[in-house]
Amino acid sequence: MEQHELIPNLFRNEYRKIVCVLCRLFGIAHVETAEDIVSDTFLAATEIWSARGVPENPTAWLYTVAKNKTKNYLKRDSLFQQKLSPELQYQAEKMEEFELDLSIKNIGDSQLAMIFTICNPQISTESQVALALNLLCGFGIQEIADAYLTNKEVIYKRLKRAKDRLKAVNMKIEQPGLTEISLRMDTVLTTLYLLFSEGYYSTAQNTTLRKDFCAEAMRLVYLLADQETTNLPEVNALLSLMCFHVSRFDTRATPEGEAILYGDQDESLWNQELIAQGKYYLGLSASGSRLTKYHLEAGIAYWHTHKADTTEKWQQILQLYNNLLVLEYSPIVALNRMFALAKVEGKVTAIAEAEKLKLTGNHFYYSLLGNLYTDVDDALALQHYKQALLLASSDADQLIISRHIRHLNG
Amino acid sequence: MNEFLLIFRRDFTNKEAQPSPEELQHSIKAWQNWFGGIAAQNKLARPLQRWDIAGQVVKSDKQVINGPFVEIKESIGGLIIVRAENYEEAVEIAQNCPILELGGNVEVRMATEPEG
Repeated sequence: MEQHELIPNLFRNEYRKIVCVLCRLFGIAHVETAEDIVSDTFLAATEIWSARGVPENPTAWLYTVAKNKTKNYLKRDSLFQQKLSPELQYQAEKMEEFELDLSIKNIGDSQLAMIFTICNPQISTESQVALALNLLCGFGIQEIADAYLTNKEVIYKRLKRAKDRLKAVNMKIEQPGLTEISLRMDTVLTTLYLLFSEGYYSTAQNTTLRKDFCAEAMRLVYLLADQETTNLPEVNALLSLMCFHVSRFDTRATPEGEAILYGDQDESLWNQELIAQGKYYLGLSASGSRLTKYHLEAGIAYWHTHKADTTEKWQQILQLYNNLLVLEYSPIVALNRMFALAKVEGKVTAIAEAEKLKLTGNHFYYSLLGNLYTDVDDALALQHYKQALLLASSDADQLIISRHIRHLNG
Repeated sequence: MNEFLLIFRRDFTNKEAQPSPEELQHSIKAWQNWFGGIAAQNKLARPLQRWDIAGQVVKSDKQVINGPFVEIKESIGGLIIVRAENYEEAVEIAQNCPILELGGNVEVRMATEPEG
């Protein structure tokens, strides 16, 4: 890997690890101190490495510096010391023996504890996702702003509010017990799922960054699957869903960023290794008695990795959509179900059903009707696509709709 | 929006009236599509609940009889609660209920608040 790629990746990777360990050590009240120590460490690395070159083992170098900076901080700032837990104060007094534990085990434990601290129903879901991107994944404010197509100021404020809220409720950072796991796993999975979706469905142009979001979300779910207490069927289902989705990531757009619809994707480019992994985790998810939306969505994603249009495929997808909607209504799922219904029952039946949805503020609704009316009544199809174009706000969506209109006019 | 109770009934006792295995297989898909279609319009007011077929009935003399019920003729196959503006809309949903294809019927009742 080239050096200019190595450094940001290394920093992002190590940032989240050291920050989690420090947060767990100091408590959530001192999250900014933890961030300052890590930023100082990276600043020192950037200065020294650019003068003397990157050391042979950059991670070890960073850890040594982070450990020293933590020790110095505790020694120097007696005011800070007084705010810490009695146990840590005691350790800090015997400063010469104190060493920040950056072992693989402690990093893993700290990250798991932080996942449960951040994915907290007491802060908004939007803030949870932003905090997870920042503290659990190590993305900088600029990167998060790019993904959300907004500016740094907005993200900075969102993160600040979220951290203040965590401090206000004085959320403890500790290994979740079985009770916390059963109470909070739904929130954790929702946040990780949104984090993944931010990468997978974002209209931001930066493909590398979006892939990184997906990879980070998957890494956090792996972390849950890796621990006995958190290795639940729904965790495996979510992991399976992510594997199936990412297997098609590269085939969903042209190198210029123009979307390629499912029917036009080059299946030879689908990542078979990820598809195999998806099947493996789908198998593991099939235990217990709880059928979650992740199970159903993983099932739908599984069938989408079969390119051939068989009756069985669309029957299965339709039933999975039926179950998904019965479990939890969502307009986008309701619209997607109609594509499956059209494949199974034909376009005329699907049109009658689709028109009952009346999602008249949603451009996907008109795009769906445009799609269903194509070859049934092209004039009506055109009318619906034009309505969709009026409602669509993103460039990517407008591009796709315009293509359909051109096709119908041609 | 109002809530409506839809109760599906059919005869489980009359041997001639029972669907063939193929009809049942087809019927399962029809039920799932019907539920999915209601849920797609966000009109499912409560989670679905399955009910067993046997059941018991307490008669006016407190005697208990086991189902299926020859005396009652039609047993409850299931029930759902949907959201609809009015009877017209609720009945339209009921008209697509797969129980009708199996010779059954649907009773539709609107939820009301206690008066006064």
